[in-house]
Amino acid sequence: MTKKEPESSAKKKSEKILKDLRGFGSNLYGQMEKGTFPWVEMPSRSTENIFYSPDVRQYILGDKSVKRSARNIRHIKPFTQMVWAGFFASELVKNRKTSTLRDVYYSAQAYEMSFKDQPESNNIITDLETATGFAREDFNVFPEERSAIFGDLTIEYTVPGYEGKQLNLTSHPDGVMIGPSLVSSEFAKTGCDKVIAIEKGGLFTRFIEERVHEKFNALLILTAGQAPRATRHFINRLNRELELPVFIFTDGDPWGMHIAMVIISGSANAAHLRGLTTPDAKWGGVYATDIVDYKLPSDPLTDMDVKRLHELTKDPRYTGDLWKREIKTFMKIKKKAEQEAFSRYGLTYIVDEYLPAKLEEMGA
Amino acid sequence: MEGRCKQTLVTFQEISPADFFYRNRDIAGFTNPSRAIFASIRELVENSLDSADQIGVPPEVYVRLSEENSGTATESEGGVYRLKIMDNGSGISARHIPSAFGQVLFGSKYTLKQARGTFGLGGKMAILYGQITTHKPVLVKSSTGTSKIYEYKMMIDIQRNRPLILDRKTRRNKEQWRGTIVEFSLEGDYLRAMSKILEYLKQTALVTPYADIRFVDPKGRFYMFNRATKKMPPPPTETLAHPYGVDVETIQRLIRVTNYRNLLDFMRKHFHRVGQGTSLSFLDFAGFIKTATPQSLKPEDVTKLVETIKNHKKFRKFFGKVSEEEIKVPLKKTKSQNMLDFMQASFPNVDRTIILRLLSSAGFVRTKNPRKLKPSEIVRLVRMMKRYPDFLPPDASCLSPLGEDLLRTGILKELKPEFIAVSQRKPSTYAGHPFVVEAAIAYGGDIPKKDDFVIYRFANRIPLLYDEASDVSVKVIRSINWRRYKVSSGMPIAILVHVCSTKVPYKTVGKEFIADRPEVKNEILNGIREVARRLQTFLSKQEHRAKEKKRLSVFSKYLPKIARFSTDLAGKSKEPDIQLLLRSVQKYDEEGA
Repeated sequence: MTKKEPESSAKKKSEKILKDLRGFGSNLYGQMEKGTFPWVEMPSRSTENIFYSPDVRQYILGDKSVKRSARNIRHIKPFTQMVWAGFFASELVKNRKTSTLRDVYYSAQAYEMSFKDQPESNNIITDLETATGFAREDFNVFPEERSAIFGDLTIEYTVPGYEGKQLNLTSHPDGVMIGPSLVSSEFAKTGCDKVIAIEKGGLFTRFIEERVHEKFNALLILTAGQAPRATRHFINRLNRELELPVFIFTDGDPWGMHIAMVIISGSANAAHLRGLTTPDAKWGGVYATDIVDYKLPSDPLTDMDVKRLHELTKDPRYTGDLWKREIKTFMKIKKKAEQEAFSRYGLTYIVDEYLPAKLEEMGA
Repeated sequence: MEGRCKQTLVTFQEISPADFFYRNRDIAGFTNPSRAIFASIRELVENSLDSADQIGVPPEVYVRLSEENSGTATESEGGVYRLKIMDNGSGISARHIPSAFGQVLFGSKYTLKQARGTFGLGGKMAILYGQITTHKPVLVKSSTGTSKIYEYKMMIDIQRNRPLILDRKTRRNKEQWRGTIVEFSLEGDYLRAMSKILEYLKQTALVTPYADIRFVDPKGRFYMFNRATKKMPPPPTETLAHPYGVDVETIQRLIRVTNYRNLLDFMRKHFHRVGQGTSLSFLDFAGFIKTATPQSLKPEDVTKLVETIKNHKKFRKFFGKVSEEEIKVPLKKTKSQNMLDFMQASFPNVDRTIILRLLSSAGFVRTKNPRKLKPSEIVRLVRMMKRYPDFLPPDASCLSPLGEDLLRTGILKELKPEFIAVSQRKPSTYAGHPFVVEAAIAYGGDIPKKDDFVIYRFANRIPLLYDEASDVSVKVIRSINWRRYKVSSGMPIAILVHVCSTKVPYKTVGKEFIADRPEVKNEILNGIREVARRLQTFLSKQEHRAKEKKRLSVFSKYLPKIARFSTDLAGKSKEPDIQLLLRSVQKYDEEGA
């Protein structure tokens, strides 16, 4: 429908990343030239310094900062590891190679920079994110878990060997994996006017089979449980660059609710990053009220579920009326239901009846 | 009846001390050929060291052990050896030589001062052992530094405990040599005893750093233990017996020889640290004080009593001014049976000891003639001595500990440690015997890194080499929580304990290990704790240095990497100079250390 002039955001971004990393290195270099111990200052990621910002509509870091100095015997090792991680990231970006956290862990050993274990290595990557303000995906460090996308969006690859090549994301009926190449691609054109994110693979396949993408003019995204950061970033781009509204469908329980919330408002762990949230995205269900209204087959809430609901009542992200209402209803009916529960009314019921009603309800 | 008597007929037969030890040589440490050769060398070396100590001359001891009919010694049975020991000690006067070497239990050491040997038994046991295994005479040469050297060839008449002189020579002593040479043959097993003998000599050298000790072994190997100093510890002085340490037999012997006719003087003159006051108080406590009856006092006696108070400041201080009337009037009325009670009743505020002293000074105190004590009274006297709480503890002038300096010298000489701490405890007593504990701890150097400590035990400067596990020092060392002192296993640590006493509480006649007397045990514990604390300080410093070193190595490991990666990131070609930074860390650390 609306053909967007693709901003060359991926390329611009990698240039900015390289520039910033060079600045990061030059700063340290300059400090050493002057005969001082190199140091960096970065926002503190301790829990006391993580706040929810209603303005930004996500978790942000407060004013507290920490100074990491090579003068400090306890800092020098992680400090060196962070500088190495910066060096490693710049090599990845420069050479347009991708890697995983596991790769980072092993690559360090080649430089006699062995990490004690994977968490230590992961933590250093998070340090680098905090110090530079870029997400690890920007440094071409990607998670293992992969989600998928399907729908009428044409992308143009920027990865080596595919530069300029275009692909329409309806070309494979199982969907296209949201991996490094897709995330770094430019948007060429799209005929869609909305994004529907779905928690579960079964339903994602059903939607494609039932041609939801055509019937509702939608890009379908499989989050495969909690959406990976790369996927959250991709949703953010779809929403921001193509101005597509985003609707999220999950199971009807506190965990499904939270999958939607993390796409909308992000997590505390990523408080140091921007561009991973889509504050205008909307959760479409399954609501607790749906369980009642549609008389869905349900399971009783477990103790864990109830505990989680109590936690959510204290969570600053759950302030909207919808959230409050649904948490309350879950607690009242003490029941939960999966997306597949609609199959009780026939396999296509969810597409034929539920989805249009919901989309209308959300103002799509 | 008659038949039965015959069956139970027993022959009683007196045996001489020499015979006794001949029959019981095990108790003196001559158990087997290997122990025998070790014990022989040890006893004679100790005699030599003692004889040099006595005249304040730094000892020079030469020991040579050679195989007789060389080649006859076998792996399994040992062989016959010739042992020669030469020293520069006091020497023995001509008339004493035969008894000193040919009569068991004859000697110069039956006194209450510290010496290595105690009974004058060991040397003669060695000779006796040589004689019974080889039937060869002993050769003794000695001079006290006079113009003559005396040479005796003799054997011991075991049954009669008498020296049997076979030959006697007198030579001119042109060079004014002084010392003693003893040479005799004995059966032994050097191969088995070798390690103990060498260990014994090494430890003796450690605890006698002012002695030169030389040893030539049967293979012709020459071992030299050179002195590190000529300074000797002050010689001990002889002391009287302490009342806590005597028994009935000791008292009886003293009574036989004493010249004193009353118990008061007897106590004062024959016992260690007993003066007039203590003697009076003790005898009063024991019930051996008799004072005149008040009724028998004549006017001139009262005058004498008052005069005594008047003439002595110490009495005036307690009694104030006393007139004769003040005594005479109550004297007539009193029902007290003796002056002590009377005076105590008249002057209730004056201490009983002071009254006793006054009465004694005025001549109103009577004590028995010790010779007239009945056996039951002697027993009571001894029992009361043990019970009386106020005897002064024995002083340590009769002891000769090595002293911290000499001990340090000895340890440095033999172990060359990195660290050493020595401590000499204050003198203490057990059962009336004074003793001093010296403790030392050494780290590193020639001390082997083992799971366990190297423990050196000494008693009156004799190394104790056998039965380590039963020794009180070892028990004390095992009872300490060494982790508190930062000590962990595998550290090269040697612990030394030296117990000096006029009577070392050995558990056995073989002088191999010390019994756990609580008083001795406590002193050992305190001594070891003290040196352990100093070791802890040393280990902490060492740990600190190691930490600093590690710290530095961390900086020198990571700083170059930071420089390298930053250079790469910044797109520069030349790395920044970080030597200054590394030096600054080092400088800071040296100051901080």
